[in-house]
Amino acid sequence: MRKTINILVFLIMVAGLVSCNSGDKKGNNGKGGLSTNAAEKVYVAPGEHDEFYAFISGGFSGQLSVYGLPSGRLFKVIPVFSQDAEKAWGYNEETKPMLETSFGFVPWDDSHHPDISQTNGELDGRWVFINGNNTPRIARVDLTTFETAEIIEIPNSAGNHSSSFITENTEYVVAGTRFSVPIPQRDMPIKEYKGNFKGALSFISVDQETGRMGIKFQLMMPGFDYDLSHPGRDKSHGWFFFTTYNTEEANTLLEVNASQNDKDFIAAVNWKKIEEYVNNGGGTKVPAKYAHNVYSDETHTATSTMMNEVLTVNPLDVPGAVYFLPTPKSPHGCDVDPTGEYIVGNGKLSADLTVHSFTKMLDAIENKKFDGEAYGIPILKFEDVLAGTVKQPGLGPLHTEFDGKGNAYTTFFISSEVVKWKVGTWEVVDRQPAYYSVGHGMIPGGNSRKPFGKYFVSMNKITKDRYLPTGPEVTQSAQLYDISGDKMELLLDFPTIGEPHYAAGIPADIVAKNSKQLFKLADNKHPYATLSDGDARVERKGNEVHIYMTMIRSHFNPDNIEGVKVGDKVYFHVTNHEQDYDVPHGISMIGANTSELLIMPGQTETFVWEPKQPGVWPFYCTDFCSALHQEMQGYVRVSPAGSGTELKWSLGED
Amino acid sequence: MKSLATLAIVTLISCGGKEEKKSNEIQIGQKPAATEAPAETATSSASDTKPSETVDLTNKGIGPIKNVELSPEIDQAMAAKGMEVYKNKCMACHKPDKKFIGPAPKNILKRRTPEWIMNMILNPEEMTQKDPLAHALLKEFNGSPMANQNLTEEEARQVLEYFRTL
Repeated sequence: MRKTINILVFLIMVAGLVSCNSGDKKGNNGKGGLSTNAAEKVYVAPGEHDEFYAFISGGFSGQLSVYGLPSGRLFKVIPVFSQDAEKAWGYNEETKPMLETSFGFVPWDDSHHPDISQTNGELDGRWVFINGNNTPRIARVDLTTFETAEIIEIPNSAGNHSSSFITENTEYVVAGTRFSVPIPQRDMPIKEYKGNFKGALSFISVDQETGRMGIKFQLMMPGFDYDLSHPGRDKSHGWFFFTTYNTEEANTLLEVNASQNDKDFIAAVNWKKIEEYVNNGGGTKVPAKYAHNVYSDETHTATSTMMNEVLTVNPLDVPGAVYFLPTPKSPHGCDVDPTGEYIVGNGKLSADLTVHSFTKMLDAIENKKFDGEAYGIPILKFEDVLAGTVKQPGLGPLHTEFDGKGNAYTTFFISSEVVKWKVGTWEVVDRQPAYYSVGHGMIPGGNSRKPFGKYFVSMNKITKDRYLPTGPEVTQSAQLYDISGDKMELLLDFPTIGEPHYAAGIPADIVAKNSKQLFKLADNKHPYATLSDGDARVERKGNEVHIYMTMIRSHFNPDNIEGVKVGDKVYFHVTNHEQDYDVPHGISMIGANTSELLIMPGQTETFVWEPKQPGVWPFYCTDFCSALHQEMQGYVRVSPAGSGTELKWSLGED
Repeated sequence: MKSLATLAIVTLISCGGKEEKKSNEIQIGQKPAATEAPAETATSSASDTKPSETVDLTNKGIGPIKNVELSPEIDQAMAAKGMEVYKNKCMACHKPDKKFIGPAPKNILKRRTPEWIMNMILNPEEMTQKDPLAHALLKEFNGSPMANQNLTEEEARQVLEYFRTL
């Protein structure tokens, strides 16, 4: 029976794809943008700026990309969880500690859900948080530098997917585990999963001044798959909602075995109650190894600290803190409307969308309208918490966003469309195809009390024929819709990096004014900085050679170095002495087993070179910096190991 | 056109030739000395006096500084602060008393107005484009642009005071 249904779903999916391919292929009934003023709506004239920033996850690239809307232009790829040779992220000595974990140096991850910091439920543009899914981590990106400022590893977690969503005053960034695991990890038969594995939901506090993260507590939940989550807001502020699937606790062939139950759950967590419990000394400290990596804009250097324990909370120890809301058929997206009243659960295998009411939930709790329990956690009666259902809106619902005008927009993977419906009456009012198979959608501020309901970005899982072909692997892509009118209008396709899972958008004027232009040389506290050009020098400590180098248009100081020997470990500590906007310099050394450095004005970075052969080896500036960029070069003389060549350095001497 | 080609060759040679300068010098036309102070430059043929040696005590330059009053006595405290700023932000290109990437500031007040000097520090992009003397200096110094180091007016004034001590 299950198999038949699976086959049916597959057939419908194929039908959906085929109908997209053959029918309304280019959107706007094949007439393209010319039939409307779509081109005008996305055109940002040369030199003009976009209205919104969109931070789009880089998916399996591990990074975070920055786009402008409505133009769809890519401004920057911010390296987060993966090494990036272009920016020396994870290659230079300063940023290597950012990729340290309890498993050692992990140079890659799968980044999923960016979320922008909020104050009073509104976007404030201080930071973007994003999760690494594979080796569970949460990163904080600073929106003055647009660089990753901090990465914290999440112990006891696996498949860090219901992350990284923040509460409405950025009190917490929340990270839930998709895969339940033995806690603590131990050698045990896989088939003993049921009843023995646990799912950790981590509440990470955020310091309001510095942004510094710390794991406040981990809630040890039953061994389900915690898929996605969102905070309550406004009236439901203080609660957090997580969708679950695999409440069957299957450990194999989940596509069948985790699709058995008619309903799974949305877990409602009263985090304020647990916070109070913890602040009063509740919870149990358990050993847990995890890395906490922090980058400093003063030292331009990251430090990695290995933590040893974490505070865990058993939900049964805090009565009234956790409830289960039955939700049909493996719900994926878990989205809360701007008023905080409605919690939408999108059952992947359900024909309808399920919307729960926060008010009804409180009432059901108060009047104990329970329908049994799961591992001691009360299950509320479905009918008593249900606000309504959106009937038969499409196939394969995934995620819902809100425009702040009473409308919701749900993405449908299988029927490949975006469906607009009215919050409260649950009627479908519009639908537009997506090309193809949309995953998440994003409205700037769509996860806050105050959405900016002008554009909707669909992030698509399949691109197929939308662009010129580039071999078997084609570009990833997103699409922009104008949602300011009654009908959605597809305006633009644009390519993205990695798989664009989710995004967070914000009006540009909130962020742009805080963007840093350079680092002040006088504030540079890097231990190997050369702050005065007169201090440029070379020092030998055993077989380590430290070059304290400066760079400014268009030379390095020193640019001639002798006395380096085969077998030495040569550290180039390079300080950019420019104090003007947009004058970075790069440096690279022939044969160095690492990337270039790309150094911003006022910054110091370090690369290591271990010369293998005697000779005279050149280095040069890699970023075209000035009319005399090609002249920005130098030489290091390498003598055989054990030779007596004197250590000396110079610039401009004969 | 011909002179441009010559200039290009000179520029190329001057870079390539640096390493083996003493023993094996190739000379085509006039070769600019990269670092030594008094030397002819490839571009100075148009006028007899080099822009760096030209004296102009009336031009105030272009920029935020319209008028600077210098006290008869040098303010040593201010000059000391200026030296700090100079050391950290200017020295990479300007040695106090010899030509380097750019000209030496020694005796600069005998050749330029205080206003011109401060405007050159504070507004180098516009100065090199619009001020004839600054434009000529860019050519004299191999097209090396004067970097805007984002000094405050106060810092630029301190540097000026430091120049008086040189």
